[in-house]
Amino acid sequence: MNGRNIGGAGRRAAVLLGALALVVGACGASASPTPEKPSGKIVVSNWDLYFPETLISDFTKETGVEVEWVKHTTNEDIMGKLDASNGSGFDIVFVSAQFAEALNNRGWAERLDRTKLANIGKLDPQADKLGYDPGNTFSIPYTWGTTGLCYRSDLVSFTPDSWNDLLDPPAELDKKITALATDRWLLLPALKALGYSANETDEAKLNEAKDLLISAKQRLLAYDDTTFYSKLVSGEALLVEAWDGWCNYGIAENPDIKFVVPSEGSDLWSDTMVILKSSTNKTAAYAFIDYILRPAVAKTVVDLTLYKVPNPEAMALVDAETLAAFPNLAMTGEELLKGEPLRDLGDAAPLWARIVAEITAGQ
Amino acid sequence: MRRRLLLLGPALGWWAVFLVIPVSLVIAYSVFERGTYGGVVPTLTLDNFARAVDPLYLRVLLFSLRVAVLATVIALLIGYPAAYFIATLPRRWRTPVLVLVILPFWTSLLIRTYAWIVLLNREGLINRGLEALGLVGEPLPLLYNEFAIVLGLVYGYLPLMILPIYSSIERLHPELREASSDLGATPLRTFVRVTLPLTLPGIAAGCIFVFVPSLGSFIVPDLLGGGLAIMVGNLIQAQFLKARDWPFGAVLALILIALMGLLLFLQAWLLERDRRQAIDG
Repeated sequence: MNGRNIGGAGRRAAVLLGALALVVGACGASASPTPEKPSGKIVVSNWDLYFPETLISDFTKETGVEVEWVKHTTNEDIMGKLDASNGSGFDIVFVSAQFAEALNNRGWAERLDRTKLANIGKLDPQADKLGYDPGNTFSIPYTWGTTGLCYRSDLVSFTPDSWNDLLDPPAELDKKITALATDRWLLLPALKALGYSANETDEAKLNEAKDLLISAKQRLLAYDDTTFYSKLVSGEALLVEAWDGWCNYGIAENPDIKFVVPSEGSDLWSDTMVILKSSTNKTAAYAFIDYILRPAVAKTVVDLTLYKVPNPEAMALVDAETLAAFPNLAMTGEELLKGEPLRDLGDAAPLWARIVAEITAGQ
Repeated sequence: MRRRLLLLGPALGWWAVFLVIPVSLVIAYSVFERGTYGGVVPTLTLDNFARAVDPLYLRVLLFSLRVAVLATVIALLIGYPAAYFIATLPRRWRTPVLVLVILPFWTSLLIRTYAWIVLLNREGLINRGLEALGLVGEPLPLLYNEFAIVLGLVYGYLPLMILPIYSSIERLHPELREASSDLGATPLRTFVRVTLPLTLPGIAAGCIFVFVPSLGSFIVPDLLGGGLAIMVGNLIQAQFLKARDWPFGAVLALILIALMGLLLFLQAWLLERDRRQAIDG
């Protein structure tokens, strides 16, 4: 389906690099067994605007591997495509952790051979402990972070620190609050406020969270996944449930915007890179992931997205000015791991959908 | 015979590929079981239909019907006079005005819906303007409610109301109205007894064109309703994308298809009855 023909430029670069490798090899007779040389083309699906501008072209320049970047709008979007093609058509897909787990459970994710990732040691050791994939056997986290409250410190008279500030707000915040619309985060504040798991599957506990959210809805301006930070900037909202990185987009426009992880705890989200079993160019796919694990490359991901990457050396490269402007970038792996990694809901997914429908249809 | 097939072929092919096959798939999925991590397991079951009989989903359906009916009625009240006006313009003006009517379709509905957010929000242009004029003290709650959803639907689908009504008014012979007034009917009576009945097919078509997409809409309630209320479209979308429950999503989609099919049938039946009466009478 995807013709993996080598383009003219790509081939020239590959030949050149091949020649170079021969020369280097001849001179050095160097270290370890020569790894298989990546070549050809890979198809990578990732969200729009989620690769630094030069990442792909630099990788191609260096390795000669051509990368076709297919853009998806949501996790559900790429999962739908994979459903239709029975898990083929891409070499690497970028999906959130809980979707990587589902990919693996469907048998579509390649079991990773860590010896093919020279830079795997750059990965934060904490990132090996994530519940959806301990030891990162089928996924490598690209970015990670948490969810919390993002607010206008200049317009809110107190310092929010609890999910209850969102669920049962004082009058000054009436209809000036937004919560995230995607089911996992729509339920998160209530589940955490009640002391339950972010991956709760118990029906009675979910019902309890539902009742709490239906009453909280009366005070809500809207459920919003995409424009909540601009609502903060305009002053239309004063307190919003937000992903750390997205709160940073608000902070970039107004330094009075602040982010806090509520005291009851939160989630740990991560967006991961998964090589598909059906990939016909795994050598190049490994090379691409290994390239992204390089601290200097991973650092450009932070610069673009204002998300944290699970790569301490890369985080250390981020300039002081950026770190000062966006304090949540300083959160360490240990701190993030206090959050609960999101897991796939498996057979509880229809129950969650029903609970969410009851909340959104509820008065 | 061969020529008929040749003429009909492309349409039949289109119909088969884009209507018969997808709807058959939806019907097939509706009696299968959900796969835990997506897709369907081909085990026959009627559970999905049993699950749909639920006050929660009925409430969502009734809300959707109310919103769609409201949007249709308002679009008709705005669209009919507009169509009438365009049809009575000098001939050289009609085409440019009709182009203006369909001009919004050149931009994606998603973008135009976001534009309404810019206009309607509490810090938006309308509220800022009203405040500057001293007309309101507090910003009006124009966004994230049923009003905003209905407004978004009327705005989005109004051209679909105007165009069929326009074409039915334009086809009307002016002599008919002249005859009516020559026989002593007042303008109002002429409108009610002559113009309105004869443009009924256009009205019916316009209403269906607005009602059907309004009922199934999910972008508008999501964006302008702020997700605080859901319509059937949102429910179906959530089953397919969030719950990965294709069989149940298929059942909900079938209910919607059946409802719309019934309405189209009713419309065709009414028009046919009307036509017969006109001929007999």
